[in-house]
Parts: sequence; structure tokens; C-alpha cells
Amino acid sequence: MIEIKNVSKTFATADNDVEALKGVTLSIADGDIYGIIGMSGAGKSTLVRCINMLERPTEGSVEIDGVDITRLSEAELRSVRRDITMIFQGFNLLMQRTCLKNVCFPLELAGVNKTEARKRAMELLDLIGLADKANAYPAQLSGGQQQRIAIARALATNPKVLLCDEATSALDPNTTHSILELIREINQKMGITAVIITHQMSVVEEICNKVAILDHGVVVEQGEVGEVFSNPKSAAGKRLVYPAGEEDTAVVAGSGKPTIRVVFNGADATATPLIARMAVQTGVEASIAYAATRSLQGKIYGTMLLNVSSEEDAEKAIAFISEREGVIAEEVEKDAD
Amino acid sequence: MLTNAFSMETLMEAWEIFKTQFPLAIWETVYVTLLSAAIAIIIGLPLGVIFVTGEKGGILPLPAPVMKILNFIINVLRSVPFLILMILVFPLTRAIVGTVVGTPATVVPLVIAAFPFVSRLVEGSLREVNPNTIEMAQSMGASPMQIITKVMIPESVPALISNATNAIITILGYSAMSGIIGGGGLGKIAINYGYYRYKYLIMIFAVVLLVVIVQVIQSLGTRLAIKADKRLKNKQ
Repeated sequence: MIEIKNVSKTFATADNDVEALKGVTLSIADGDIYGIIGMSGAGKSTLVRCINMLERPTEGSVEIDGVDITRLSEAELRSVRRDITMIFQGFNLLMQRTCLKNVCFPLELAGVNKTEARKRAMELLDLIGLADKANAYPAQLSGGQQQRIAIARALATNPKVLLCDEATSALDPNTTHSILELIREINQKMGITAVIITHQMSVVEEICNKVAILDHGVVVEQGEVGEVFSNPKSAAGKRLVYPAGEEDTAVVAGSGKPTIRVVFNGADATATPLIARMAVQTGVEASIAYAATRSLQGKIYGTMLLNVSSEEDAEKAIAFISEREGVIAEEVEKDAD
Repeated sequence: MLTNAFSMETLMEAWEIFKTQFPLAIWETVYVTLLSAAIAIIIGLPLGVIFVTGEKGGILPLPAPVMKILNFIINVLRSVPFLILMILVFPLTRAIVGTVVGTPATVVPLVIAAFPFVSRLVEGSLREVNPNTIEMAQSMGASPMQIITKVMIPESVPALISNATNAIITILGYSAMSGIIGGGGLGKIAINYGYYRYKYLIMIFAVVLLVVIVQVIQSLGTRLAIKADKRLKNKQ
């Protein structure tokens, strides 16, 4: 259990103080895959570095299983850091060591004897599927393979928490997918809590169960991924979910016909096609004016705007759609015309 | 003059001197250079580490005045021309070696001239280590000493080797210069025969040998540095 309470971090620069974090409060339960998402400069990296005290918060506390680590000495922190390891955007492997020795590195630091360390490292290389690269140097590996080695290294000390700082941002979509799969596997098999820092919606959607949206050092939204992404309330959340600008206004104002907003909030993605079935059963033909829906773990989240030809049709459509579980329909009020 | 310098007679004389004097001179030059380099590295390496780790925001910050004094001393030592430094350290040389002339005596000024230079080269090499790599080590619970011995130094080995090569070649140049004030080796021969006795041929021999030694050291150093660098791809 990680409890971040009211954490603030201010960096003093020559001409002014920069507040990277302002009163951040988050709680990350054991076994969570917790996403922290935000634009660059939002304070994500600073926040994740407050979880292992690479950055000491200016204010507030960070409790790991009830221990406030902001009060620990450097020496005490070193042992805490064996329980909270980290992977990075740039992998940060030791380029002059073989892969096997890279994985041995944290064990060496902890004073584990050489034979035991090698044995453990080989097991981990096996787990990540790169046992054949044990004696290769990082430069001989692809980016995805390097990140796998970095993950093996982060797991060497049997940590409780894995911090991932933009761990897939330097990778192509396929490799990103396979690294996320690996993180999920680790989370499920070993029960390791993962904290995922990213600016990519797709990463959070793919593996996180919880998410916090960080904007200018403030947590503007947090909760279950589906809830937050289906109905973002904050400006920053809306920017992330609707990068092309907020849904309707233009669409709605432009059409002279009744418009219905359909909000999917965890509807079953495999159920029968909603709009087609509506046309067949009620005879209402709707045209889709706007749609931004996404599928998360088999459920649909998002918004759709439908145009229908008359108020009567609108009522019928709303009645029909509202019967479906996890879907809400409402008529969009028009203010101008 | 020139024809005279290359006549059969002078050629024979030069060959005689070459046979009798050069083996010892080469040995003296090589051992003085390598011994001085080794001692300079022993002193310069930790100093270079301190320059990187001891600064504000480094992994083992030292009080700012200490860093200022260290920097000042190194800069002063580096600004004194070697010829003058040799004379300035006579008292120290006499205290350590017992004499100021002869080959072993030149080791003292050579070390004093070289270790500040070496410390700056080490500093430069260590600064090339990616700060993210150091942060990684910190995130894994490495102590400052572990970061120095397991990350900073091993990761900069290729740069350290090529800089050590540079240092050795510079020291070789200094050692030749020390021939002027009583140091032994190829420098002494070049100066004694070429400058004082106008036997240019001997001087040219000495210079050619110095060039050969520099070439050998440089190509060895380059090869070692490349061999040590595991960042280069397509190489086992």
C-alpha cells in the first residue's frame, strides 16, 4: 500500500521557484496497476521519484505499508529501494556489462554472493525470455529487449513495487504491447504493484486498473480507468480523452435536428449492435454525428452523438437505448437555435 | 655542412653511438614515462573522481571551499611550464630521491606535472557517464561508493583508456624535455649530441625513436580502448 499524502515539491531555480507538485494525494493499493497520466511537464516524473525518494518532497508524506519514507535516512532508504524498483524510458542499462551482469547488479549492491546472484539472474532472464542473451552486451539488443533486461534487473531483489517511468515511450507500438504484457504478467504472477507513468492514453487503457490524471502538479481526476476515461470531468482529462477538441458543440450547433448524446459507461462490447438493432426494432434511423468510444477490458466507454429526424424519434431512441445496461441516453439541449 | 653531417665518417660514428647508447636510453625513456604515468594515475584518478562527485549536486558533495581549493591547486600546477616546474621542485626531488640529476630524479617533477593533467582527464571521462545511469543505480539502492566503483569508473573505461594513452604520450614528451636538466633517456641524447655537439644525425635518430614509441603507445591505446568498449555493436 502506497499512500501519498499532500505531497508538494518545489524546485528552486535562479530566478524563481517552480512548483512541480502541489498537494498530491493518492493511494495505491497492493496489486494495483496504477497509471499516472499527464502531458509533459505535468509533474509525473517528479511524482514517481517521490515514491522512491530520488526526489524528496518539500512537503507531505509518502507511506509505504505504513512507514513514512520521507523521514528515513539515506542508508535506510537504500534498503527500501530494493523493495521499490524502477524502470526508465531510456532503459539505463550498464553498457559495459553483459545482460547477465546487468541483472546481477542490484544483487551485487545488496551483497548477495556471486553464485546465488547469477542463479537468480538466469531465472529472471528465463522469465523474460532472453536467457540466450545472457552473455550479450546491451548494445547488441533491440530497444524492447533492453527494456526486458531492465525489467529483469528491477525484479532481481524481489520488489513489492515496480515503478515504470515512461517505460514504453521509446518503443514502437508492437514492442510497447509486449512490454506491457510482461508487466501485466509480473503483476498477476508475482503480485507486484506497478505504477505506470505515461503520457499515452493507450498504455493506461491497455493495462491499468486505476488512473490519476496529473495536470500542472495537481491530481485533477482519479479512480477506475473506465470511469475516468468514459466521462472525464476535468479540462486535462477531456484533453486526453478527446485530443481533437471537445465533442459536440460544433456538431450539435450545426444540425437543425434533435441530437441525442449516448454515454457508454461499461456496456458489454460483445452485445448486439445497438444502433442497427434500434433501426430494426423501433424504425428510428439515426445518423452518427460524433463518436469517441473505446473498449477497455471488454467494456465500452465513451460518448456518441446521434442525429434523428424528429422529436418523436428522439424519444423512441432514448427509450430504446436506455434499456441497455451501461448506456445512458439523453437529448442534447440546444442553446442557440 | 649538410654533406658533412651525412658523410661516411659521421654515419659510422653515429651508428657506433647508436649501438652503445640507445638501448639504455630507450629503456630509461620507457621506464621513466611508464613509472611516472602510473604514479600520476594513482594520484589523479581519485582526484578526478572527487571533482565529479564532490561538486554541488554530485553524489558525494564536499564543502564548496574544499572544492575551490582543490581546483585552484590543480589549475596552478597546470599553468606552470614543465621546464620551470622541474627547477621549482628541486627541493622536493632532493628530499625524495636524494639527488636532482639522473633518470630516477626526473620521476618527481614528471609526476607533479602529470597528475593534475590526469585528474582533469579523469574528470572529463567520468562526466561522460549518462546521469540517468547514475540515477538508475541510486534507484536500486547503490551507495555513493558503489556508484563510483561499480558504475562511474567501469562505464567510462574506454574513455579512461584513451585518456591514459594521451597522458602517457604527454609524459613521454616531458621526459624528453627533462634531458636539459640532467634527466636520462632519448631526450638527453638528442639534446647532448644534437644541440651541444651539432651531431644532427644522432638527434634525428633520437627523434625518430621517440616518434616510433609514440606511435606504438597510441595504436596500443586505441586498440585497447576499442576492445574495452562494449557499446560498439557487431563485436563479441
